[in-house]
Amino acid sequence: MADLIQTNELTPRILRIVAETQRKDPSLVTVDSSFEELGIDSMDGINIIFALENEFNINVPDEEVKTIRSVRDIVEGVIKLVEAGSTPGESAPAAS
Amino acid sequence: MRRVVVTGIGVICGLGRNREEFTSGLHKGRCGIGPITTAECLDLRFRNGAEVKCFNPEDHFSSKEADMIDRFAQFAVVAAREAIVQSGIEWTGELRENTAIVTGSCVGGQSTENQGFWDVYKMGKPRVHPMTIPKTMANAGASAISQEFGITGPAFTISTACSSSAHAIGQAFSMVRSGMSDVAITGGSEAPFSYGILKAWEAMRVISPTVCRPFSKDRNGMILGEGAAMLVIESLDHAQARGATPIAEIAGFGMSSDAHHITQPSAEGAAKAVRMALKDAGIAPEQIGYVNAHGTGTSVNDITETAALHIAFGDHAKRLAISSTKAMHGHTLGAAGAIETTAAILALSTGILPPTIHFNEPDPECDLDYIPNCAREADIEYALSNSFAFGGLNAVLALRRI
Repeated sequence: MADLIQTNELTPRILRIVAETQRKDPSLVTVDSSFEELGIDSMDGINIIFALENEFNINVPDEEVKTIRSVRDIVEGVIKLVEAGSTPGESAPAAS
Repeated sequence: MRRVVVTGIGVICGLGRNREEFTSGLHKGRCGIGPITTAECLDLRFRNGAEVKCFNPEDHFSSKEADMIDRFAQFAVVAAREAIVQSGIEWTGELRENTAIVTGSCVGGQSTENQGFWDVYKMGKPRVHPMTIPKTMANAGASAISQEFGITGPAFTISTACSSSAHAIGQAFSMVRSGMSDVAITGGSEAPFSYGILKAWEAMRVISPTVCRPFSKDRNGMILGEGAAMLVIESLDHAQARGATPIAEIAGFGMSSDAHHITQPSAEGAAKAVRMALKDAGIAPEQIGYVNAHGTGTSVNDITETAALHIAFGDHAKRLAISSTKAMHGHTLGAAGAIETTAAILALSTGILPPTIHFNEPDPECDLDYIPNCAREADIEYALSNSFAFGGLNAVLALRRI
């Protein structure tokens, strides 16, 4: 799974958004960064999910948000939702 | 300093439209939560709230009056009327000058503001209703009470999110205790059901899709509520001089700020406010028998509040009877402190402690006695009402049976 995450075309976009919302240098944010390293708390996590929902036109259920503990969880979760949805690819398509 | 007593209580909320219904609801452990009917919520991840049932403004106000004040201010007036009737106060010019009004509200006339924004942003209308500003202002409830009763003393509104009306009661208590005012009408009101604010709460991911289960292991968030509670408080001397019957005493008030995080609570900060309230009341932790908890039903609040009670009470924490009545009347934000202080006063005066309903299973991280599901008879002298707001602003009232 790790290799697939690293090579997925969505991963750089997801990491970029995590970095942008946290006002971090993008080079510091990797799939293996921990929330502790990046200083991400639960409210930051909700802000990141909000930005990703807008970017990829996905909806992350409350229950899934509660299980997110790491950047890897975020990347895996977003890829899964985008691949399951009908509108992968370009950012922010019109809401259906 | 003067002793301060409560001589009148008025309440309107999802659990009851007046003091009698509210008291009976608390004792029966009734749930005031149901599908939200007064605001659009079709695309929300939650559907339930604790609305005031069958509220028709024209049952309480002339059509003209009802047009001039938002629902949240209407609730404030309805509750104040009930409290003043119970207090038996007979207004004189002098008393009107010596009476203060201190209310709490978090979001003010939210539905009025929402309507105005909807008109201009969504409907493309060129103008909003001219009463939008005065109906939206958070002090509209205090102003409406002042006008209704001709009260000309100090009147203002405190807005500290979910601690608003606890801070308001604490401030009014200080004013009466010091002699600045003989009487105060104090409490809070809120009517937060409108589409925009519901979307904002949805985005915070703290609202339960089902019901509010404070301290239960399977809790999954808070439920919003609306309503108001108002108290008539006065110095004991003033009450006795006019032959009024005190219902309870406000014994002390404690405040603190966490200086920590905008949304994450701090057990130390909350514990400090509890300790300050006990100190202000001049009582030992062991004298407290009941705590009306902030108990929002979110994972973090309930664990942190439990930890705070352990810090503040030590070994006595295990002997406290604690409940969160939010499971019945929802989280009424700026009205929460007042509605819950009212619940605590009624617990003291009736000798029946309200339960934490919807309690399914104990959580190892919430290891105290939360009065699960059924009300309990108890002869208690002192109780606390806890309010812990976003922004880390804590307010705790200490109450005494009379």
